[in-house]
Amino acid sequence: MFEYAPAPESRAVVDIKPSYGLFVDGAFVDPADGAYFKTINPASEEVLSEVAEAGPADVDRAVAAARKAYDKVWSRMPGRDRAKYLYRIARIIQERGRELAVLESLDNGKPIRESRDVDIPLVAAHFFYYAGWADKLAHAGFGPAPRPLGVAAQVIPWNFPLLMLAWKIAPALAAGNTVVLKPAETTPLTALLFAEICQQADLPPGVVNIVTGAGETGRALVEHAGVDKIAFTGSTDVGKAIARSVAGSRKKVTLELGGKAANVVFEDAPIDQAVEGIVNGIFFNQGHVCCAGSRLLVQESVYEPVLASLKRRMARLRVGDPLDKNTDIGAINSAAQLERIRTLSDIGGEEGAERWSPPCELPENGFWFAPTIFTGVTQAHRIAREEIFGPVLSVLTFRTPAEAVEKANNTPYGLSAGVWTDKGSRILWMADRLRAGVVWANTFNKFDPTSPFGGYKESGYGREGGRHGLEAYLDV
Amino acid sequence: MTATTASDLSSVTSSDAALRAFLHGLPGVDQVGAEQRAAMLGTRSIKTTAKAWAIDLAIRMVDLTTLEGADTPGKVRALCAKARRPDPADPTCPPVAAICVYPAMVPVATEALAGSGIHTASVATAFPSGQAPLEIKLADTKAAVAAGADEIDMVINRGAFLAGRYLEVFEEIAAVKQACGPAHLKVILETGELSTYDNVRRASWIGMLAGGDFIKTSTGKVPVAATLPVTLVMLEAVRDFRDLTGRQVGVKPAGGIRTTKDAIKYLVLVNETAGDDWLDPDWFRFGASTLLNDLLMQRTKLTTGVYAGPDYFTLD
Repeated sequence: MFEYAPAPESRAVVDIKPSYGLFVDGAFVDPADGAYFKTINPASEEVLSEVAEAGPADVDRAVAAARKAYDKVWSRMPGRDRAKYLYRIARIIQERGRELAVLESLDNGKPIRESRDVDIPLVAAHFFYYAGWADKLAHAGFGPAPRPLGVAAQVIPWNFPLLMLAWKIAPALAAGNTVVLKPAETTPLTALLFAEICQQADLPPGVVNIVTGAGETGRALVEHAGVDKIAFTGSTDVGKAIARSVAGSRKKVTLELGGKAANVVFEDAPIDQAVEGIVNGIFFNQGHVCCAGSRLLVQESVYEPVLASLKRRMARLRVGDPLDKNTDIGAINSAAQLERIRTLSDIGGEEGAERWSPPCELPENGFWFAPTIFTGVTQAHRIAREEIFGPVLSVLTFRTPAEAVEKANNTPYGLSAGVWTDKGSRILWMADRLRAGVVWANTFNKFDPTSPFGGYKESGYGREGGRHGLEAYLDV
Repeated sequence: MTATTASDLSSVTSSDAALRAFLHGLPGVDQVGAEQRAAMLGTRSIKTTAKAWAIDLAIRMVDLTTLEGADTPGKVRALCAKARRPDPADPTCPPVAAICVYPAMVPVATEALAGSGIHTASVATAFPSGQAPLEIKLADTKAAVAAGADEIDMVINRGAFLAGRYLEVFEEIAAVKQACGPAHLKVILETGELSTYDNVRRASWIGMLAGGDFIKTSTGKVPVAATLPVTLVMLEAVRDFRDLTGRQVGVKPAGGIRTTKDAIKYLVLVNETAGDDWLDPDWFRFGASTLLNDLLMQRTKLTTGVYAGPDYFTLD
């Protein structure tokens, strides 16, 4: 037996302070009413730090700082000078990449391999990419001199904490807006380290403000009269509430919400790579991915070999310490999320689907869920309709391409889809018909700053990334 | 593939058309996906006890190779001495799996290795190009076996393969297998010349269907030798072949593997693709020469905590 010895990444590279204030107007400040909450390591439940909880007065202060910076500095600054700051931030992110990766894995529970090889490189790439746009907005196709919107209120989720920050802040700043960002309450630490990076880059005070807190803080921020733009990534329920609350106001909104993506495997697919894609589609980041390929649609004629390969492959997944460099699946981000995954999985069993997980030992402390697949799932099952946001795959079958399209689209969501086939024409045929913002062909969960990302239907509206991502932050 | 059972497999080689239909019916290989998977496995971090275990296993898997026009009995005898005791300073260091030489050097190697348990492998079949008439390839093989080789590394007919004459490739391998008698047959696909992963998968199946005991990547004589993704595709092939037929076939990447780090990446690939059963010198080999000294250097570093200079390791 080739047993891999523990290969932990060192925690010593990151210095976590015992307490963090709010980042307002270029400095860390105490919250007005002195409230703090704890953030823990979901892999061990150890308390990492305590973080300020912003109330309405703090949000007010942050929005005022952003407004002042917008009026006096940032909106007047030439694009080429904004670009300099963005490039500087991107380079510091690269230089401090290891530190950011370790902190992300500690606070979020994701494997260090992913934070090191996926999250942080993409974060830097986003800043580099939008830095390039800052002095070229006149050539982006939105008129000769597109204007920024003003102050952007940005609320981001816990699944890719720093990456979602980058998706929000980089285009906003490039376009000339200032921001107030609220990270998720379970994963605030990399956003606060990013605040330090803004200081290190000498970003003018007030251009980026970070207010930590839970749902109430987020609500105070998006409902604040002083913001011009709202960008939200998170659950469909909250997204709907935001859309309702801003109805009738001048605020512009982009929403990136849930998903229940179909990963469609045709009989002529490259099976070994398709199995990798299935695994990557649903077990990447513990399945905490809005565009996760959580519904596997396999052509019936290859169902058995695909399923056998998938199970064999799943038995190789290494679940455990997120800081171990050989870990494939880390911890579930919170007790609440674990509960939701358990509940929906139990319902899957009760509704008659067959549940399977490879034998795997889970650590005692922390929040863990073994990679799981359900077979014999039909469109009528709740696990085929509702977003589980965990390492749980529902396997369905289809007979013809038309049936694959019908089943793939038969969901209130429409964020992403995957198609696996060796036939180029079929990829195009499918892509034409799938109602999903992103359609991956013979790959899955691939991201790039140049490529727009966003949903159809209840997966939200607006696009992030690419030239399209600028539109959300320009007055067009 | 599950539609084909072991008993049908004899019929797939009954005609050129049947063999072509079978090979072209194998699932394709997506190049980007295969390379991504191999690269990901290359990031596994193998440390301390796992590294020590892997290094010793890798030493035991080395086919210590010299395939030069300048090979002499003296050179081969020196290499055989190294094969027996790779690290003269450390008796706990295991011997390598085999010595791999040209047919003319087989008698020297066999004599030098007598009683050691180390195999004598001989390249044959007009290595490395294979561009000779079949009767000469068979005679080459028989001569090597008669001289004492217990492993034969043959080259497939890439010309016939690339021209789509799959049955000809198959029949040649089958004939060489017969000429081998009791000797083990390693089938060199020369993947650098086959160029696509689909071709590598098809050639792997031809080699296995024809009775090869091992499939091997390369001769080491063309610019592109063993790579991780090619080896990944071949490991998938032997895994699938055993699922279908029950017969286990070994894999030998050869050429270009020079460092311990590389060798360990290959072992990770074996572990997470074909599995435990292949983590044995009977089922996985490295065709290499300079690799051995790097393995020894890293082994010494692990046991003593310090790197010894290259002068402390024998050059043969």
